[in-house]
Amino acid sequence: MTVLGLKETLNLTVFALPQGERQVRGGYAGDLLSWVMGKAEADDAWLTIMSNPNIVAVATLTEVSCIILCEGVSPDAGVAALAAGKEINLLGSDSSVFALAAQITNLL
Amino acid sequence: MAETLRFHYEVDGNNFTSAGAASVEVKRKLRQLGFDAETIRRVSIAMYEGEINMVVHARGGSADVYVDKDCITIILADRGPGIPDISLAMQEGYSTAPDNIRALGFGAGMGLPNMKRYTDEMKIETVLGKGTTVTIKVYTNGANKL
Ligand SMILES: Nc1ncnc2c1ncn2[C@@H]1O[C@H](COP(=O)(O)OP(=O)(O)O)[C@@H](O)[C@H]1O
Ligand SMILES: [Mg+2]
Repeated sequence: MTVLGLKETLNLTVFALPQGERQVRGGYAGDLLSWVMGKAEADDAWLTIMSNPNIVAVATLTEVSCIILCEGVSPDAGVAALAAGKEINLLGSDSSVFALAAQITNLL
Repeated sequence: MAETLRFHYEVDGNNFTSAGAASVEVKRKLRQLGFDAETIRRVSIAMYEGEINMVVHARGGSADVYVDKDCITIILADRGPGIPDISLAMQEGYSTAPDNIRALGFGAGMGLPNMKRYTDEMKIETVLGKGTTVTIKVYTNGANKL
């Protein structure tokens, strides 16, 4: 499924969607950046509540297809623009990490 | 024989927002040079962890990247406090990062272990009160534009 498809199906908030056609092939949930660097795989959807600018670099390096901020968290000031500039898809959801991960698992 | 490409970066110790910029830039360059995705991922993630360590633990430093057809070498050098016990620092989960750094998602104590895991060689040289130099190497499959 594409990131755009995921956004439409799960009614996700769009903070930045420069590459909506990217494929989502799996997922990783976590907030500790070194764990994400060590475990997330390319084309994963990354579910987190971490909203600072560093998530954009982590998404770039791990090549996840999107970041989804869960639990209604909004990106810190400037982070949405940063994501757009770096071609990183940044979405949001009011769901818990657990609930959203379960929904995504069912879609993949 | 192909020439070694060399890139030099200064890593600002006061700026958490730009932390990782050098690694992202190296990633872009390696992609242009035609390296495979797995090599690029390993190199750039290992470099990122080293870059973050210099920002978090050593007030910044420098990164020198040497790109050869068969091998990518990165030397991360700082003038920070040094590492008192390297084997302790290498343990998964060991971290001296303060709370404000942890609140940003850093300080999981997985940085040095990630660097070890993602690279073929890693060497730490450290002198207390003087600084730390971490050298990492990744061997490539030779399939690139160099
Ligand atoms: N460049 C450095 N200068 C001084 N100390 C360092 C440096 N890099 C790592 N360390 C020490 O090693 C520990 C473990 O590093 P790491 O595995 O990256 O975990 P973290 O950065 O999350 O604390 C750090 O908490 C710190 O005490
Ligand atoms: Mg670290």
